[in-house]
Amino acid sequence: MRSPRFWAWVTFGVGAAYFFIPLIATLEFSLRMRRGVYSFDAYAVVFGDPRFQATFGYSVVVAVFTILLGVLIVVPTAYWIRLRMPQLRPIVEFITLLPLVIPAIVIVFGYIRMYGSNSPLPFLATARGTDVLLIIGYSTLALPYMYRAVDTGLRTIDVRTLTEAAQILGAGWTTIVTRVILPNVLIAVLSGAFLTFAIVIGEFTMASLLNRPAFGPYLQNIGANRAYEPAALAVIAFVITWGCMSVIQLLSRFAPKSANRPH
Amino acid sequence: MVGEAAVARSAPPAGRRAVRFPTHWLGVTPFALFALFFLILPTMYLIVGAFQNRAGELTLDNIRALAQPNIVAAYWISIKISFASATIGALLGLAMAMAIVRGGLPGWVRSATLTFSGVASNFAGVPLAFAFLATLGRLGLVTIFFNFLVTAINENVALPLGLSALGRFNFNILSFWGLTLTYLYFQIPLMIVIITPALDGLKKEWGEAAATLGATTLQYWRMVAIPVLWPSFLGTVILLFANSFGAIATAYALTGSSLNIVPILLYAQIRGDVLNNPHLGYAIAFGMIFITGMANAFYIWFRARSERWLR
Repeated sequence: MRSPRFWAWVTFGVGAAYFFIPLIATLEFSLRMRRGVYSFDAYAVVFGDPRFQATFGYSVVVAVFTILLGVLIVVPTAYWIRLRMPQLRPIVEFITLLPLVIPAIVIVFGYIRMYGSNSPLPFLATARGTDVLLIIGYSTLALPYMYRAVDTGLRTIDVRTLTEAAQILGAGWTTIVTRVILPNVLIAVLSGAFLTFAIVIGEFTMASLLNRPAFGPYLQNIGANRAYEPAALAVIAFVITWGCMSVIQLLSRFAPKSANRPH
Repeated sequence: MVGEAAVARSAPPAGRRAVRFPTHWLGVTPFALFALFFLILPTMYLIVGAFQNRAGELTLDNIRALAQPNIVAAYWISIKISFASATIGALLGLAMAMAIVRGGLPGWVRSATLTFSGVASNFAGVPLAFAFLATLGRLGLVTIFFNFLVTAINENVALPLGLSALGRFNFNILSFWGLTLTYLYFQIPLMIVIITPALDGLKKEWGEAAATLGATTLQYWRMVAIPVLWPSFLGTVILLFANSFGAIATAYALTGSSLNIVPILLYAQIRGDVLNNPHLGYAIAFGMIFITGMANAFYIWFRARSERWLR
């Protein structure tokens, strides 16, 4: 029998092969557009496609608003739960985990039935309203990740002392949250933001069922109609995901490691 | 103004508690409204709708109608794919995690694996389908490579009697195993990300204590490590199950609507009422929530049990 280290290398090698072969194959496929030689033609076609620019731009804007809405909802809530209502923590945590239980397609199905043109809250009556509903839907998808990130960030600072110090200096609640708490958990918030971006940018189900011109439905459409462009798009999407995760890793190096007064 | 108000509020006058309006509840109101209107009520709407007919009367007909063959087949294949990708993904992910945590590999292997797992566990949806089509599709690199091998063997190797020439390599990616293999690309990394901290939580002292008491390696694993790891392992399997059960984008981009899994059936129903009964759509959605909900109830239970040991 060989040493455990040998088998560890074998396991790692097999895993690395499974994960790298599709990446190499996709990259190779994306370069095959011109017959006989490797070229970046597929990328040129993709980047030159006005629909790519329009849908990608749309999804970036939606992602930014999703992040803003997520921060607006999660930061004050997580702060308040830590400061004043720790007894609500299990309930709030349970709710933030619900989007992992309820599939996205079910949530958006509910939206379509509840917020149609004839309902009291007719989000779906206008294109702008549907955009807002899409942003809201994405915020629910990002909720588990955003809440976890912010709550972890809050754990490393002394919420109570900071709040009392700010109150003694005469700060109101808005000032406390935006100018004292938020800067202290900024790194955690940014981690959540980049994860949200990675999830939202190519999301298909919600955008497609709400009929919005987002990047995900565009990807699906290209996949159904073209040969080499999908591979190029997959490479681009992988680079975006990888970029977001690298930023998160980089940010975690700057994050404080321990609390002044650990709970 | 703001400052004065805050000072006034934070100075506690005598007897303040008696007349205190529960203002501290206002802090969670935005979150509560958001969750209520965009998470809980839409879901309740579908669940209630699943038990109503078109006239709004209570009925179990929609649930009974789920028993028609194409819907049962859709649930069954969804459950099979989710189960296969969850269990295989969990076992392979555990093996990888063990290799990097306890295999004595250099430190960079561990950090590289964890970083890559973070990326790959989020690399899902439509682009993942493209990547696997470019790999195992008809013109994919792996397909071409194997066919090159097959041709070379057929031309150059005299096969023993009774064996015909090797057939062309033709893996059908639009199948049960094709979809499972594709889902593993995000399932294995998710397992690695979740189970590595649990493996780190296996304290060295436990192994030493077991060895001092005369336990063999096998006994240590059977009586110490596996019982401690078991809940978080099983819990993660369930999370992986729910993760692939609700996924639609990868399958839809890979197979169009040719593979009849539940999310794709529901997608088609929402787009065009293919079942000719909106309330049947609600029942399908209810079935999905029921299955992932049951799975996650187990997950929460198991996680609570495993965390007792990992503190």
